[in-house]
Amino acid sequence: MNHEFIKLFEIVIASSLINNFVFTRFLGLCIFFGVSKKMETAAGMSLTFTAVMMISSALSWVVFNLIMVPFGLEFLKIVIFIGIVAGLVQASDTIMRKIAPALFHKLGIYLALISTNCIIMAVPVINVDEHHSFLESLALGLGSGIGFALALVIMASMREKLELANVPKPFRGLPIAFIVTGMIALAFTGFSGLIPE
Amino acid sequence: MMTKLRNRDLVIRGLIQENTIFRQAISLCPAIAVTSNLRNGLMMGLAVMFVQAMVNITVASIRQFIHPRIRLPIFMLVISGWVTIVDMFMSAFVPEVQAQIGLYIQLIVAFASILAGAETFASKNKPVAAFFDGIGRGAGFLIALAFISAVREILGKGSLLGMPILAGSKPLLIMVLPAGGFITAGVLMALFNFLDSKYQKKSEALAGSAE
Repeated sequence: MNHEFIKLFEIVIASSLINNFVFTRFLGLCIFFGVSKKMETAAGMSLTFTAVMMISSALSWVVFNLIMVPFGLEFLKIVIFIGIVAGLVQASDTIMRKIAPALFHKLGIYLALISTNCIIMAVPVINVDEHHSFLESLALGLGSGIGFALALVIMASMREKLELANVPKPFRGLPIAFIVTGMIALAFTGFSGLIPE
Repeated sequence: MMTKLRNRDLVIRGLIQENTIFRQAISLCPAIAVTSNLRNGLMMGLAVMFVQAMVNITVASIRQFIHPRIRLPIFMLVISGWVTIVDMFMSAFVPEVQAQIGLYIQLIVAFASILAGAETFASKNKPVAAFFDGIGRGAGFLIALAFISAVREILGKGSLLGMPILAGSKPLLIMVLPAGGFITAGVLMALFNFLDSKYQKKSEALAGSAE
């Protein structure tokens, strides 16, 4: 039991720091650059994102291992997973609108954005590739959510300052954001080796 | 009614004016992830170009039968179908490339650029025009990827397509690291902006003198 817990903890740490989705696996960049302009939106996005990520990795684990594997449908995983994600986003949109209108008012716009985020597709696919158990899938979902939140918050706080900086004209906007991200990514390589192989 | 563009113009529009990476800045994830060497970058670009063109043809030919309310799920289904085909094709014929960039190939499904192509162009136009639009968008993506990956391979490994060209000099490790990908993309984007502003100034000056 204890050993299992350590394994789960390892997955959370590995997916949030060592293999941070934004800085080392380059996923979710469109959202990353789109949402990281203001701290408030960044925080809202990361919260919504972590929740959706955990639910979708749990759901896709159940569908893959209990339905697709017994019927030998593994080759359809891309089609099925994108269906699950799109359906989940649509469903949570509707449910939130009915149950928690105030929360929906705050986070609703991020929900729609999430379905075009590649991380949300990547987590189920990685879970399948690495043969994760149910709890391990949840841990990966949580860890990548935390990692994404961390990246967004770091970036948002830097970009708020960057707005005031005098950047050469061709570099203004996205190019300088890319270069800054590169430097953060360089800092994040310091985390590799945190967990011995 | 939209003015009719010729097929050649469609390709050029996707290639330069609406370049996916440098201009619209969407579908960036693979642009950095798979570009540590030129071969992977080219493979990814070809895969995207193929998927974009085929999705556009498919959507354009069934556009009368798609109810507008459910068009997005249908587009997603079409896209994921073609992506599965590309993924299987690659695992059969180039397994070593698939092992490296397979995850990103599967993630073509979540590409905003492909969905945008289907939504803004293919669902309103004839299959032939849609095909050329797809080729243009795909080629724009391919060229951007080729540029980024060529720069990174030359500086990071001192070679191009596996052939050593900078023999003797010490390669810069940072260029093959993730950080190098971001920085290269940023610098190339700035270059693109710079050239573009130069070009626009020139054409404005020309227009001014004509008056």
